[in-house]
Amino acid sequence: MRIGVVTFPGSLDDRDAARAVRECGGEAVPLWHGDADLKGVDAVILPGGFSYGDYLRCGAIARFAPVMDALVPAARGGLPVLGICNGFQVLTESHLLPGALIRNDHRKFNCVDQRLVVENASTAWTSDFEAGQEITIVLKNGEGGFVADEKTLDTLEGEGRVVFRYVPDAQGRNPNGSYRHIAGITNERGNVVGLMPHPEHAVEEGYGPSLDGRGFFTSIIKQTLESAATA
Amino acid sequence: MSDTQTAPLLDTVEHAAATPDVEQPWAELGLKVGEYANIREIIGRRPTIAELAMYSVMWSEHCSYKSSKIHFSLWGENTTDEMREKLLVGIGENAGVVDIGDGWAVTFKVESHNHPSYVEPYQGAATGVGGIIRDIMSMGARPIAVMDPLRFGNLHHPDTQRVLPGVVAGVGGYGNCIGLPNIGGEVVFDDCYQGNPLVNALCVGAMRIEDIHLAKASGPGNKVILFGAKTGGDGIGGVSVLASETFDEGGPTKRPAVQVGDPFAEKVLIECCLDLYAAGVVDGIQDLGGAGLSCATSELASNGDGGMQVELSLVPLRDASLQPQEILMSESQERMMAVVEPKHLDEFMAITDKWDVEATVIGEVTDGDHLVITWHGEVIVDVPPRSVAHEGPTYNRPLARPAYLDGLNAAGTAELAKPQTGEEIRAQLLTLLGSPNLCDKSWITDQYDRYVLGNTALAQPDDSGVVRVDEETGRGVAVSTDCNGRFAKLDPYAGAQLALAEAYRNVATAGAAPLAVTDCLNFGSPEDPGVMWQFREAIRGIAEGCRFLGIPVTGGNVSFYNQTGDVAIHPTPVIGVLGVMDDVSKRSGSGFRSDDAHVYLLGTTRDELDGSEWAHVVHKHLGGLPPKVDLAAEQALGRVLVEAARTGVVEAAHDLSEGGLAIALAEACMRHGVGVTVDGLDAIGADAEGNPLDAFTALFSESSARALVAVPAGHAAEFEAMLGDVPHARIGVTGGRDLDVIGHFSVSVAELKSAHEFTLPAVFGA
Repeated sequence: MRIGVVTFPGSLDDRDAARAVRECGGEAVPLWHGDADLKGVDAVILPGGFSYGDYLRCGAIARFAPVMDALVPAARGGLPVLGICNGFQVLTESHLLPGALIRNDHRKFNCVDQRLVVENASTAWTSDFEAGQEITIVLKNGEGGFVADEKTLDTLEGEGRVVFRYVPDAQGRNPNGSYRHIAGITNERGNVVGLMPHPEHAVEEGYGPSLDGRGFFTSIIKQTLESAATA
Repeated sequence: MSDTQTAPLLDTVEHAAATPDVEQPWAELGLKVGEYANIREIIGRRPTIAELAMYSVMWSEHCSYKSSKIHFSLWGENTTDEMREKLLVGIGENAGVVDIGDGWAVTFKVESHNHPSYVEPYQGAATGVGGIIRDIMSMGARPIAVMDPLRFGNLHHPDTQRVLPGVVAGVGGYGNCIGLPNIGGEVVFDDCYQGNPLVNALCVGAMRIEDIHLAKASGPGNKVILFGAKTGGDGIGGVSVLASETFDEGGPTKRPAVQVGDPFAEKVLIECCLDLYAAGVVDGIQDLGGAGLSCATSELASNGDGGMQVELSLVPLRDASLQPQEILMSESQERMMAVVEPKHLDEFMAITDKWDVEATVIGEVTDGDHLVITWHGEVIVDVPPRSVAHEGPTYNRPLARPAYLDGLNAAGTAELAKPQTGEEIRAQLLTLLGSPNLCDKSWITDQYDRYVLGNTALAQPDDSGVVRVDEETGRGVAVSTDCNGRFAKLDPYAGAQLALAEAYRNVATAGAAPLAVTDCLNFGSPEDPGVMWQFREAIRGIAEGCRFLGIPVTGGNVSFYNQTGDVAIHPTPVIGVLGVMDDVSKRSGSGFRSDDAHVYLLGTTRDELDGSEWAHVVHKHLGGLPPKVDLAAEQALGRVLVEAARTGVVEAAHDLSEGGLAIALAEACMRHGVGVTVDGLDAIGADAEGNPLDAFTALFSESSARALVAVPAGHAAEFEAMLGDVPHARIGVTGGRDLDVIGHFSVSVAELKSAHEFTLPAVFGA
């Protein structure tokens, strides 16, 4: 079970994502932004960070990295891909996922332990959860407001492609102004998932708010093992 | 002679020798007449413009420690052989290094970026973080965490609304983008910092012992490589005086004095440096910070055993119009200088290429004893490097105990009106909880990533930041920074020791054994004998305190001139203590976690309200004498706290400091929403006559060497057996949703939280 973790210049949570893969029983394979080579991995994680500094729109430059030349067609062909935070931004910039991530509505970077509801437990990355399950993982970003036009939002909801929603606070607000409280979405096939919160920071006892992040990694490992067994 | 009218474009050494009488702008560059004369004597002629620029920045207070270093002998005199054994690298290098066991070394240091952060809060704070990270990198370490002790003026002053959000965004913007967890620090408000906010930044790094690198240029023929960002006109400061003399028509005449940070460039530089270290291709390394290339070249050469030759026109520039003296002074960020053996040059360049980091050979180590810098082949600097880097002026400035101190010390809190009833105590507790220094700081700390790198075991608002170093064993470090400037104002010797004691206690409270100290000494003008006396007293307090505790000072920073007109800030010696834990997953958090745990107060409570947060908030009063320093009690308490965490008998431990027991109880309740019933208030403490303390004094006194712990009932006997002669009282039991002080008052945790969390959002917006 080999899961690639891409390092762009400015990736920050790549080591964490690799650790989370190992903690959950997988093998983490480093992938380099400058190589259009996925090294035959079974799945890919685009980690959090500030790729190329993100001085332009977040993810807008990473989208053009050589590794994306290999990743985009592979993802369209069904390779499981998880984009976390900056990785989610790269996925929307690459048009593997719809919508965009904009500056938080309160204009500040925000690092909190965030409650989410899992809405879709049948994607490649969420099958170890139950639909409706509430989890708490880390949210930390400056540009995490998910936006899309009404039609796209309706489509995402209608097709069950909203994977995670923020649990709003007592005033009905979510932590970054995301439309319809959307924290994470998937593509039509359910193999590509992007979300702003960070499951890789919630996999080890004593380091992080919970162990709820493990489900992401155990889901993909199980699924890959199953598909290998049936292949 | 008529050279002033026909000055050539380039002031070479040869030209300087031939034109001894040219008037030079030494005064505008901040040099004193005697210092200028000294430079002429050292080099036997007038300095070139480039040399003058180098000496002026390297002999500045900031770089040369000219007012403070005469007092640094106190460090050495108070460092025992036993303390020295813990030091792998001591004071004087970019940062000190200590051995934390299992072959791991940890380096940490705190520095100030106070003045730039007042002028330009975002970039000032951001580059403060960036600068300290490069210090840590240059020791060979991977940076693993940052902290930021911050001090601002009055929360409600309009200028605080300019400075604070900018500083916080700058600390966060740089730290978040470079990918280092921000695990703690302080936020303090006091009118004395209104025109002089303090922005201190601390970084911790870790490496294997064999990977320690030093800043020295040795081995004639070895290459001097400048790598990282290009050099621009930022941060030139006073040297613009020189620039404006020689600039052609149309050239830029004023340069920004505050540097601009690029955290992405520094993140790449970190990974690049770690690859270079791992490949073993770096012989010596130095970061470029204050005084830029002037500092890096002269310090590397001075620390080595030869000379150095540099061709300045090879320096990659962002702005082609820069003059050589400006290139020497530029404080452009995200640059490093390495000394590399010729046989490793290709490998070095391959690694910098991989990271798209520009690297340029600009010179080499020579077998001479001079630093020689050329500009297109013409010699513009030819000096003994030690004279620039390490042999600057030393001033033994006059010092005198301020005349106001007697009156200040006599005006204690005995006469102040104190709350009499339970209801009055309850009301003042809520007032204090919402006061600027004690209120919830998450509006600030939530702007910092505390999780990145995945090793954070504890962060603000707990007493210490705790990070794992070894992912196999869980071995790691705890760090805390502290200082109560009011105590230091009342008595700088005791105040400095109280800061040391609090940081020591915070680290122990988390469960780590204190190991080493760094300090950031923020003071007013050294030209004021009263300030100089405060400074001397503070250093003496820290040095003697460290000796008593057996933990060495590994390095730090002095920031003078934090004063507006005649009014200086409170003396603010910020102390950072680093401790080590075998397994950081066993650390103690500060909040009550479960019902029915026994709550103990450890340590001795006295009637000590002078300088307290209560006096400050309720009466706007500062006077009297600070709490008694009892370092033996701190040590004994620390041993208990470390042992209790190691054996897992405590489920919460919280240091007592500002606001005393009342605030500690409230904070421990609010952390996880677990209440406490306090029935043992009468059992704690006595006044000077031996009478029991009244409830108010017991709750708000700020006696040192105290901590609050919660122990599950099943562990109580085991815990009590650990206590030895540490004074202790079982004061209550956890549970419920209220802080209930039997016989006095009760308040719900929800009400505590709303009082606590309201303050900063009300000023800065949600």
